[in-house]
Amino acid sequence: MTGPKFSFDKPGKYIGQPTERPDTRRLLKGRGKFVDDIQLPRMLHAAFLRSPVAHAKIKSIDTSIAENIKGVVKILKGTDFIGIVEPYVGVLSHLAGLRSAPQMPLAVDTVRWQGEPVVMVIANSRAIAEDAASEIILDLEDLPAATNTEKALDKDEPVIHSEFDSNLAWERTVDVGNVDEVYARDDVVTVEKQFLFGRHTGVTLEARATIANYDPSENQLDIYYSGQAPHMMQFIYAKHLDIPEENVRVTAHDVGGAFGIKVHTYGDEIATAAAAKLMERPIKFLADRYESFMSDIHARDHVINSKMTVSKDGKILALEYDDLTGIGPFSMYPRTSAIEANQVLNLTGGPYTIPNYRANAKVVFQNKNMMCQYRAVGHPIAMALCDGLLEEAAAAINLDSVELRKRNLIPDDTYPTTSTTGMKLDDLSHQKALSKLIEMMDYEKLKKENADLKKQGMYRGIGFCSMIEVTNPSPMFYGIGGAPIASQDGATIRLDAGGGIHVASSVTEQGQGTNAVLAQVAADVFGVDMDRVQVTTGDTKTTPYGGGTWASRGAGIGGEAVYLAAEALKDQVLDVAGVMLQSKPEDLNIDNGHVIDNLSKEKRMSLADLARTVYYRGNELPSDMSPELIATRHFRVTDTPFVFTNGAMAAHVELDIETGIVKILNFWAVEDCGRVINPMLVDEQIRGGVVQGIGHALYEECLYSDDGQLLNTTLADYLVPMATEMPEIHVGHIETPTKTSVLGAKGAGEAGTGGAPACIINAVNDILRPLGVTNYQIPMTPNRLLDTLRSAKI
Amino acid sequence: MVDTKTITVTVNNEEYTSTVNVRKNLIDYLREDLGLTGSHVGCEHGVCGACTLDMNGQTVRSCLILAVQADGMEITTIEGLPSEGIAEELKKSFAKNNALQCGYCTPGMLSSALEYLNNGGRANKEEIRRHISGNYCRCTGYQAIVEAIYDVAENGVSK
Repeated sequence: MTGPKFSFDKPGKYIGQPTERPDTRRLLKGRGKFVDDIQLPRMLHAAFLRSPVAHAKIKSIDTSIAENIKGVVKILKGTDFIGIVEPYVGVLSHLAGLRSAPQMPLAVDTVRWQGEPVVMVIANSRAIAEDAASEIILDLEDLPAATNTEKALDKDEPVIHSEFDSNLAWERTVDVGNVDEVYARDDVVTVEKQFLFGRHTGVTLEARATIANYDPSENQLDIYYSGQAPHMMQFIYAKHLDIPEENVRVTAHDVGGAFGIKVHTYGDEIATAAAAKLMERPIKFLADRYESFMSDIHARDHVINSKMTVSKDGKILALEYDDLTGIGPFSMYPRTSAIEANQVLNLTGGPYTIPNYRANAKVVFQNKNMMCQYRAVGHPIAMALCDGLLEEAAAAINLDSVELRKRNLIPDDTYPTTSTTGMKLDDLSHQKALSKLIEMMDYEKLKKENADLKKQGMYRGIGFCSMIEVTNPSPMFYGIGGAPIASQDGATIRLDAGGGIHVASSVTEQGQGTNAVLAQVAADVFGVDMDRVQVTTGDTKTTPYGGGTWASRGAGIGGEAVYLAAEALKDQVLDVAGVMLQSKPEDLNIDNGHVIDNLSKEKRMSLADLARTVYYRGNELPSDMSPELIATRHFRVTDTPFVFTNGAMAAHVELDIETGIVKILNFWAVEDCGRVINPMLVDEQIRGGVVQGIGHALYEECLYSDDGQLLNTTLADYLVPMATEMPEIHVGHIETPTKTSVLGAKGAGEAGTGGAPACIINAVNDILRPLGVTNYQIPMTPNRLLDTLRSAKI
Repeated sequence: MVDTKTITVTVNNEEYTSTVNVRKNLIDYLREDLGLTGSHVGCEHGVCGACTLDMNGQTVRSCLILAVQADGMEITTIEGLPSEGIAEELKKSFAKNNALQCGYCTPGMLSSALEYLNNGGRANKEEIRRHISGNYCRCTGYQAIVEAIYDVAENGVSK
């Protein structure tokens, strides 16, 4: 047991309360600081000419007209970065066999997706840079494009990287038990389905943005970053631009949404930094919406053929599937594009006891934009796959699907345990969550109501999902494979002379409320009012080293580090107070900015008095005393690779069979993310996640033509959920704290996105199945549903 | 062809006279020339609503309006929303309900919400949802925003 020796059970003034976020004050006054809000002296602006085709040889690039446009300062091609940027390769050693080709920030001799940056124009304004980019003549020789995922491994399909024998990037098989023996039995029922998950993307409302500034006198590179992992980017800029790591400072102020989109290495951003180094001037690059759609990582893109076998009395006996996923022409650096398929293999069926399991995943290259980790990596696929098959199986044996879930969910009293695929599971509550969900939604009444309405020609359905979510990852996620991605995070807390405290943390804020949660923990544990807590995040120069925010780890790991640092600072303060007040430190405590007597609760001295004595009037202290009023603590999860959470969710939907339009009537989510530090923030994390999941299930898709042209690159063509289409989302909690930390907090950021698609898919199929048809292609657009309904028995 | 023009615009009760490029959008003028970076650019084609602000009493998409079209107009951005009355109540309600996460959609959302409330919008969640459907939020799931506006519609300005 390497976890904490005790658990946190102190009722808090802030911990567990729906405390308002201090950051909202700034944002509601229009005083946020996003990257584009920053203007630096002598700053230049970059625009990129991007490949108009999916696959071609670059024959020549004519920049002569562009160069002569007034205000253009520099034009850089891919070849100009050779020797300036060390190429990067998106592989990890623990994903055995994963291969990808070296990448440069701009295409050098071949373009491999429509949208790949080819030429960088640097000018006095973005408008001039764009004008000039449009005057560059690209002479390209078209190459056949590999765009069809299902054909990517065919012999006659073009191979994207000549150094490889095929378009296969990675493959893994998991085989547990013996599925074939189960199929051979005659007392079982097997259901089979194909699942198709389209590509979508994050659509952060603030598109990707970077300012790079280079000072040659100190060999110092400063990056103003709109992203999630400053220390990871510090390493990457340092390594690939050949600058000592300590001379690279990455700062993230306000970030206008990230969702995993902003945790990767993008060529245009590396080019911006390299150009700043070359030109010794600040350069700003902002992706516009068109560029975002073409170059922000896309997500999902899976074709899955699957089957599930159950006994006639409702036990899941076997699950088998083949997952084929397309990742674009390269594996993304440094997290790689194989993690999602790996997650699908690891997580599918995770909530249930499934004795026999066989799965294969193939990850293939395509001439499309790159695919990589986006919110709830792998989860929506894994959950929709297993729970979709479960719904089919329930129908096949004529059992209510909730009952089938109950018979197969891993019981709450059997933890710790291991999932079929070898995941260590602990502190989960599937049964409690499902019971609470059923109660919240009044399932029996709703079912009856649906049946009554169907007689009147209204088609309503209910869909469920029981899920697990990977949170608080240990080094087993990335660090083990050689990626510069920390799984530990640190917090430094300092008592300032005025009696307030300053928290510096390596986890980052993109609107989730990270800063507020850290302040809540620090204020409660140390003993000051939240108004007296300042928090700094998102700065490699002034915060401890850490991983940032991804995989739902901010509160669980960053919060725990703050907890530990606050305890340590408190001990330091009480040691000093003990000497000053001639008391034993254990007889003292800190409350509301004062050192108090632990028994009588009487105020003994203010923290400001204590700090000012230490900082200004050290003469009043014994000369052998060297007080420290600053403490740093780090935390990482050591007991287990991941701290799993669980949830149970349900959607109630109505399908208009004339138009194919799905209306979501209601959505319920019960989540067990351990200790809830701020219920208001957690609830809106769940809701926001659910809405992104609904977007994926019904609206959002990056559509490509056969020759690799992205067809919808505006927000008018790519649909995201709007307020009027979204239901009320009812959130309930079960709190089973994780034993891996004192606070016991797990992550909550991705559950909604992981579980909602399954609920929507299952609810629509709850309507379709009695009509003799099903649809497992998402997004479930009206056209697709109308196609499906064509062969329905209505 | 003349590519610049001198305009006079009142922004947040302050008058500015500037010579601007005629092709410059109002949002870029406000952000780049006046340093009022509270209004945000989300899509630059009038869909996402992040740049929504008030011009002569009407909400407009400032990415679809040229700065020269704002000549002689009165504009209110998020920086100029009063610290009293319905605007202040709305901001408080947004904070209380956690109706913003990253804050990028917030300036446009506040502008649309104020338009709703100032035009007698009722405490009706469906109507509120319909009214703010031209403002995209990728973080919250909308529910907290709807509740924040609803609370102000129901309770008005507290004395």
